[in-house]
Amino acid sequence: MNLTTIYNVFIRDFRKQKKRITLTVIALGWGTISIMVMLAFGEGLHRQLMQNKRGLGEGIGILWGGQTQIPYKGMGKGRPIRFTSEDVEFIEQRVPNISLISGEMHRWGARVRYKDNVLSEHITGIGPEFEHMRAHIPERGSRMINELDMQLRRRVVFLGDEMKANLFGEEDAVGKTVFIDEIPFTVVGVMKHKMQMSNYSGHDLSKGSIPLTTFEAIYGRRYLGNIVYQAHDLDRMADIEKQLYSVLGAKFQFDPEDESALSIWDVVAGMKEMSNILLGIQIFLGIIGGLTLIIAGVGVANIMYVSIKERTREIGIKMAVGARRGYILVQFLLEALIITFGGGIGGILISYVLTEGFRRMPIESDVLDFMGRPVLSPEIGVTVVIILGAVGIVAGLFPAMRAASVSPVESLRYE
Amino acid sequence: MAHNVIYMKQVKKRYQTGQVFFDALRGIDLRVEQGELIAVVGPSGSGKSTLMNIMGCLDVPTGGVYKLDDKVVNTLTSNQLADIRNKKIGFVFQAFNLLPYATAYENVEVPLLFARVSGKKRRERVHELLARVGLADKMANKPTEMSGGEMQRVAIARALANEPDIILADEPTGNLDSKSGGAIVKLFEELHDSGKTIVMITHDKSIAERAQRVVRLKDGLNDTNGDLS
Ligand SMILES: Nc1ncnc2c1ncn2[C@@H]1O[C@H](COP(=O)(O)OP(=O)(O)OP(=O)(O)O)[C@@H](O)[C@H]1O
Ligand SMILES: [Mg+2]
Repeated sequence: MNLTTIYNVFIRDFRKQKKRITLTVIALGWGTISIMVMLAFGEGLHRQLMQNKRGLGEGIGILWGGQTQIPYKGMGKGRPIRFTSEDVEFIEQRVPNISLISGEMHRWGARVRYKDNVLSEHITGIGPEFEHMRAHIPERGSRMINELDMQLRRRVVFLGDEMKANLFGEEDAVGKTVFIDEIPFTVVGVMKHKMQMSNYSGHDLSKGSIPLTTFEAIYGRRYLGNIVYQAHDLDRMADIEKQLYSVLGAKFQFDPEDESALSIWDVVAGMKEMSNILLGIQIFLGIIGGLTLIIAGVGVANIMYVSIKERTREIGIKMAVGARRGYILVQFLLEALIITFGGGIGGILISYVLTEGFRRMPIESDVLDFMGRPVLSPEIGVTVVIILGAVGIVAGLFPAMRAASVSPVESLRYE
Repeated sequence: MAHNVIYMKQVKKRYQTGQVFFDALRGIDLRVEQGELIAVVGPSGSGKSTLMNIMGCLDVPTGGVYKLDDKVVNTLTSNQLADIRNKKIGFVFQAFNLLPYATAYENVEVPLLFARVSGKKRRERVHELLARVGLADKMANKPTEMSGGEMQRVAIARALANEPDIILADEPTGNLDSKSGGAIVKLFEELHDSGKTIVMITHDKSIAERAQRVVRLKDGLNDTNGDLS
């Protein structure tokens, strides 16, 4: 086969049929763009939700002491159950399947001061377990409260990022001294910003955390506000809950059937709902993506199909005046490839520019915190292009191949 | 005796439509000598176009022998047939069969492209051909911008592109009024005078009368009743 001939015939006809080719390229490109951009936003939302869901912590339960409602072993009802740090150790020893556990104390309205800046804030006493359990992740170059802080009852504080901003503004906080109720504390860490979708005592970003032992000492507190624990295995949450009732029931002398003796928030159960929402969103996007793909496919196929009669005759004419089968096939194959790649690569590039532009838009908003930023998936793009290309080829190239394989008379007679 | 450019012996063509077979040609014998002008006549459905398509290598027979320039055509590959259509035979259709999106110039150029004629020669040749059929001023017109007679002249120019020895025409004046039809016939006569072998299907008696020989078909067979006239 002769390359110049292919080139001459191809370029000539390509120019002549610009309108049809442009339309096909646009149909293919548009399909690619709409699916890619839509799914990019979907993926962004999905990732953001996944991340936000981790804000409170994964696989955790919160335990509060309650009040008995059932008389037990000669003791009347209405007895309050309150926990101390020893109970945390007790639970850790007695209840299997708990990987991390820590007590927590709260003081709302603590007077927090840095230089002349005085704020009324929420101070918690917590253990180092919160770093993993409750996603108290320190920013680079800073740290969370550690085991030694606990043992030595150090006066160190780990600041939520919002509280840090309120106290220090742009200034670096780590190593500085803040006064909490006029007692000096060294800032050891600032929490990395996180989205927290749910909470039980206010958002972590506006809290300051000090070692629980220090909290007990300076405020002279004995009873915990609550206990936070994390399960080894998410499926074990219900078991843990049951065991807490029986183990603590034995220790505090209440009926394990007495539900109001304890109050437990199983965060995992809530998360499952969230996972279902996430799955729902993905299914929804999948369906919409699929439908869009079908519409785009129909568009591409339609443009191809409409021109079959004309093109079959064109092939018949060319073959009648001496075109070899190979020339016809190469011409149509080249055309299909150019359309597919033109539309496909164009579509992918435009999608990239659109999503990237959106990602870089310097807007800070709660909506964006929730919705996330679009995440482009090249795989999806390539898949879409391949599918649409295949549709175009089936709709356009196959009839051409058929026309090239029958006698010219048959193609000329095609209606 | 002159050399037989076209030789057919018991050529048959059977069409299949679903489960139904139809014998459009049931055994045609035909010889065409170099430089002859032959008219093919016969009632509608007698197989004239079928015969002509086989003659022009646009279709293949299902039986019999067809020799073109003493070479058996039946067994040629599709590429060999394409090359014959490109160089040896010029075909003129009743329905013109021009590329609708291309200009007169571009339509005439098509066979030259497939014959790998170089750019400059191609240009000269197209100009020459269009001038010969009297369309030097319509080069940039598309089929929709031409009359039927003009379209047929473009088709004739295209058929002549690679200087074939044989011109086959299937009712070339069938879609034309008598005046433009007459001009087309005149063109064919000129071609004949220049030495081309021409086979033309026609319903028009006056055209058939100008031919050196008339081949009559009836029901897919040679109609011998008038063949020797
Ligand atoms: N592709 C085909 N499939 C089935 N039958 C066909 C096909 N082409 C032609 N025929 C049949 O073959 C017969 C001969 O057709 P052909 O076109 O050769 O006739 P014709 O002599 O050219 O007629 P007309 O003068 O009307 O053009 C007709 O009966 C036609 O129906
Ligand atoms: Mg006919």
